[in-house]
Amino acid sequence: MAAAFTRSRSLLRWSIGSGSILGNNYNASSSSSFRAVAVRQQQQTRSNHVYTLPDLDYDYADLEPYISAEIMRLHHTKHHQTYVTNFNKALEQLQSATDPQAIVALQSALNFNGGGHVNHSIFWKNLAPPKEGGGEAPVGKLASAIDEQFGSFDRLIAKVNAEGASVQGSGWVWLGLNKDLKTLAVATTANQDPLVSKGLVPLLGVDVWEHAYYLQVRTVFLSSLIAMYIMNH
Amino acid sequence: MSKETLELHWGKHHRGYVDKLNKQIANTDFERYNLEDLINVSYNNGNPQPIFNNAAQVWNHDFFWDTLRPHGGKEPSGQVLDRITKQFGSYDAFVEDFKHAATTLFGSGWVWLSLKKDTELVVEKSLNAINPLVWDHIPLLSLDIWEHAYYLDFQNERGAYINMFFDNLINWEAVENRLNRAKGFIGLGDIIIPSVESIQEREKRSYYV
Repeated sequence: MAAAFTRSRSLLRWSIGSGSILGNNYNASSSSSFRAVAVRQQQQTRSNHVYTLPDLDYDYADLEPYISAEIMRLHHTKHHQTYVTNFNKALEQLQSATDPQAIVALQSALNFNGGGHVNHSIFWKNLAPPKEGGGEAPVGKLASAIDEQFGSFDRLIAKVNAEGASVQGSGWVWLGLNKDLKTLAVATTANQDPLVSKGLVPLLGVDVWEHAYYLQVRTVFLSSLIAMYIMNH
Repeated sequence: MSKETLELHWGKHHRGYVDKLNKQIANTDFERYNLEDLINVSYNNGNPQPIFNNAAQVWNHDFFWDTLRPHGGKEPSGQVLDRITKQFGSYDAFVEDFKHAATTLFGSGWVWLSLKKDTELVVEKSLNAINPLVWDHIPLLSLDIWEHAYYLDFQNERGAYINMFFDNLINWEAVENRLNRAKGFIGLGDIIIPSVESIQEREKRSYYV
């Protein structure tokens, strides 16, 4: 079902390019070429899904004064968009690559840009404007799990601060779930490595790349910043 | 490169590394080391000890500031240009290589033009705090690719930052001096003993004399 959908999507893209299906010049010859393309697409083993930048659930300015609109706009429309664009490019190259060496060489680009897309998509969902409840302490099962494991919500913030500040260079600090042990854990990943690479399910992520805070905080006041991020969750 | 960037980059980031390193080595054996030895020892063959990050970043930034100068940039001349042309084909080819390395560096790091001990010139990139000293290369020039180095001035436009570096900031004289000093360590030709005056000048700023 998914394959059929994908096939028709990619057919649609091809046909938009050639203008022969949706346009008014649908005739016998173009229908046979349409069929030829249909056969060729069927033979492809991968879908050509194109990833897109997800919209935010709020406006750029809604997280102020904690995170400036300028940072949000840059972070979303430039950094995240670049990851998405380059991820699509790398996937395209992967599709047409037949040489094993070329395929393996693409892995770092896929890992970096795909990870960047995944991580930032999670990140935008983690944040909420103060007027919609962002910044309030967690409640319910999550709150009790936090209290059980870390002692208190404040202790968790302190731990996230410490781990985030210890990240060398660029990376992320996470609150994750170990599904096997059923425990929470604070972990860090380097560059754009996704948390799944550490075997944890991401619950909350904080981007500690410098681009995430540099325009606003100017220097590495990481601890206050991470507190702001968590408060915005 | 704006005043604000320099004030932050030198005044907060670089100073931060220095302060943190001093705290880390206080009352330990490491106090007796000079900076380059500290870097090599703490790199620990790829399994860096905690002081490595601060030690290497102190050195990296010292080196970087000396690589820059006001109204710098443009092409080098003399033996630097000769060596670059011999190694890369042309100055433009070298710039292409360097720009490619700088734009394809994922995350934080540095890009270097270094001299290997077999006299080959290489463009190389390193992640986070790593520098060519740990590979036993002799760095000649560097560009800081950490986001803090360009974010205020260029935001995400790393390419524009790199172009600006080549057009306006490189201190080719410093590169030449480093090349001359390297002759004391590898067989590049006759050793040139720098004049007494320039040794004193350098001693005022440098760790490694």
